[in-house]
Amino acid sequence: MNSKDLAKKGTLKVLARTGDAVEFAARPAIRRVRKLGFPYRAPTVPKGIVIEPKEDRLGANFETGWARTPVARGFRRVFLAGPVTAAVRVIASPRVYGVDRLSDLARLEEPIPVIFCPNHHSHLDTPLMATVIPQPWRNKVVTAAAADYFFNTRTKGALAALSLNAIPIDREATGRKSAEQIRNLIDTGWSLVIYPEGGRSPDGWGQEWKGGAAYIASRTQTPLIPVFIDGTGSIFGKGAKKLRPGRTRIVFGAPIWPEEDENIRTLGSRLQKAVELLADEVSTDYWDSRLRRKEKATPKLTGPEYNGWRRQWLLSEMRQTGDTGLRRRQKRRWPDIG
Amino acid sequence: MPRPGFVQEVDRSTPPQLFWRGENFSLEKLPADRSRVIYAPEPHDPIKDIDGAIRHALLNPIDSDPLPELLFPGMKLTIAFDDVSLPLPKMTRPDIRQRVIEAVLDLAADAGVDDVHIIAALALHRRMTEDELRHALGDRVYDAFAPHGTLYQHDAEDPDNLAFLGATPEGEEVEINKRAAESDLLVYVNINLVAMDGGWKSTATGLASYRSLRHHHNPQTLLHSNSLMDQHRSELHKSNWRMGKIMRDNGPKIFQIETTLNNDSFPEPFGFLGKREWEWNARDRATFVASSKALNRTPSSIARKIFHSIEAPHQMTSIQAGEVEAVHKITTENVYKQQIVEVQGQTDILTMGIPYICPYNVNSIMNPILVMCTALGYFFNMYRGKPLVREGGVIIMTHPTPWEFNSVHHPSYIDFFEQVLSETTDGVRMHKEYEKKFAEDDWYRHLYRTGNAYHGVHPFYMWYWGTHAMHHCGRIIIVGGDVRAVRRLGFTPASTLNDALEIASDVVGRTPTITHMRVPPLMIADVK
Repeated sequence: MNSKDLAKKGTLKVLARTGDAVEFAARPAIRRVRKLGFPYRAPTVPKGIVIEPKEDRLGANFETGWARTPVARGFRRVFLAGPVTAAVRVIASPRVYGVDRLSDLARLEEPIPVIFCPNHHSHLDTPLMATVIPQPWRNKVVTAAAADYFFNTRTKGALAALSLNAIPIDREATGRKSAEQIRNLIDTGWSLVIYPEGGRSPDGWGQEWKGGAAYIASRTQTPLIPVFIDGTGSIFGKGAKKLRPGRTRIVFGAPIWPEEDENIRTLGSRLQKAVELLADEVSTDYWDSRLRRKEKATPKLTGPEYNGWRRQWLLSEMRQTGDTGLRRRQKRRWPDIG
Repeated sequence: MPRPGFVQEVDRSTPPQLFWRGENFSLEKLPADRSRVIYAPEPHDPIKDIDGAIRHALLNPIDSDPLPELLFPGMKLTIAFDDVSLPLPKMTRPDIRQRVIEAVLDLAADAGVDDVHIIAALALHRRMTEDELRHALGDRVYDAFAPHGTLYQHDAEDPDNLAFLGATPEGEEVEINKRAAESDLLVYVNINLVAMDGGWKSTATGLASYRSLRHHHNPQTLLHSNSLMDQHRSELHKSNWRMGKIMRDNGPKIFQIETTLNNDSFPEPFGFLGKREWEWNARDRATFVASSKALNRTPSSIARKIFHSIEAPHQMTSIQAGEVEAVHKITTENVYKQQIVEVQGQTDILTMGIPYICPYNVNSIMNPILVMCTALGYFFNMYRGKPLVREGGVIIMTHPTPWEFNSVHHPSYIDFFEQVLSETTDGVRMHKEYEKKFAEDDWYRHLYRTGNAYHGVHPFYMWYWGTHAMHHCGRIIIVGGDVRAVRRLGFTPASTLNDALEIASDVVGRTPTITHMRVPPLMIADVK
């Protein structure tokens, strides 16, 4: 064992002892509070009394209307344009492509709401989207956030609603309340960011896309904007304990309009293919991606069919083909002599 | 509903008119009761679904099979496009060329075409910079083709990459880009900003060599083009069409894609530059005062940068694809629809403000030769029927006309101004005595081929462009120009518009009629 390991072990011991001491010192105080009981603690319920369950105000029922009042919007505008944009630039160095594909919609006298549908690898995706979504949508966009994760406590829900204009959405099935809320928001001109995968990628590859975004688009006749985000998984992927600043690329695709009587599954599939094409386009080039599409050889976001180490191996190979997703490397210390 | 163009008779209550003066502008009062101002039609509504319209045009071409049927695996496909001289000012991203080329590439990829080259049809213009190419084609196309060497710019002086297709009965040699000539299909993506653009001029000029171009870019042809914007009276047009016939018989199959744009030329806060003066609101007036005062105190290099960074909001109003002549016929009608203004009778004095930009000084300096070309080559020729100014009349233009050249873009202009114009302003004489020397100069050729310089012969062409107007008019006066530079051009300098009108009275009398062309936005006067 070298001196570094010894030092590390010593530090852990000290931390453990400190924790024990704090617990020991706090124990009498905790006991005293427990003894105090009601009204210092919650009342107990007499037997035979059935208390009507309170309306659940968490999860999908979390009220977020206040986060769209002028004061909250003003605060958010400053917050996003200032500290969030600065932080995103430092952490993720975003490069944005394909905004020109939205120029026709952006030019309309009264911009119509749209549904941005990015792939999802990291909690970083939402602040990133909030800072790169082009005008005129940037200041009037809500983000669909997992009701069971972001809105399971009042504090978390309030912070998510205020800072990112998040609204709760059921992950598994688009619940009636969520759907109605989103429809009302779209009707009043709000655009939406929704992650059709339903959650962050667990392993770096994409997940199967759910039909929520296509369902909403079909019901509200709103265009879907495919978006490919590359690189956030390496910076702060699911399970990561700390941020590893790196570079990201965000590619916007052409709007996809729901066709009349189009099956939601077909629309969802069109959306997924569009994002896959964007991913191929940004990792190779426009022309090669089109040739591969013709050959039906566009790589899938979900990765290869096989499981195990080979999936992870291929992922690391893919990352090495471009600079995206890689942490900024230190300067090479040794000359490359081939 | 956009309002058509119209002619405003000036009376005592008419507000002063806007005159461009290069990288600035001023308001000038024209004499009441004998002056009139021509205003361009308001911008037509653009097509809402531009990508849909492009796709529709490619799938339903005019007098041609749909594009997908012309594409097959193993073929040589060449896509040529108009260079940086169009549109003016440059349009906001995405440029229409990018949209069309992406749509063509999508179809080519679906058809399994591997061998695709994209060529900027420069003719003898300067090579575009990477930024300019990216602006015109978008990053996606640029990044996919430029690194592989399959996106490049036409070189009219590269003997190894030119193909001779034959000569017309009039002896006009047709020599164009070899890759284009040997392709199974040449797709030409055009922007028709004025009626002179497009048709066979796209390929017969844009992809041609000097050997080919000299047959129609000369004083004889341009003197007999009355006007350049009127196909039936333009010798330039006829020459290009004769060459087109050779190309049709001996050249590649051509799929022509032509687009027209509306004349929405200035974004906010400069929107007032396209508005009629009496419709300026308080904000417009404040912007005018603030900007013109500020520009008076701004060094010209900075003012130039500001103006050249303007991206116009103009958008596509039509797209046609298919056989060259059939397509161009419809395109020209669409250009006329946007630009034609009916004008009754000619005038004694034609006034015009010359703006900061013309097709040949994008991101560059408007030197005195280009001032002449913009006024006499372009604005004077913006007519159908008869010229706006009567024969023997006077043209008065406002521009600072600085004795200033961009040595990177216009090296041969400098020598032309010093050596040729100091000897003669007669286009026919300079064509005979000087043109060959400049056209075959190795140094100019080198700069054209490897740098960003216009071809050595280009200043001659600019001069020829204005010869018709010079022959037609009794006097040409530049207001506010550098006196030495104006005299070198052979024109008369004046310090104010009133002085210019006084000077003009020697030629047209004391009470001449005056017509002011309020351009830009572009218009074509249909003179009855």
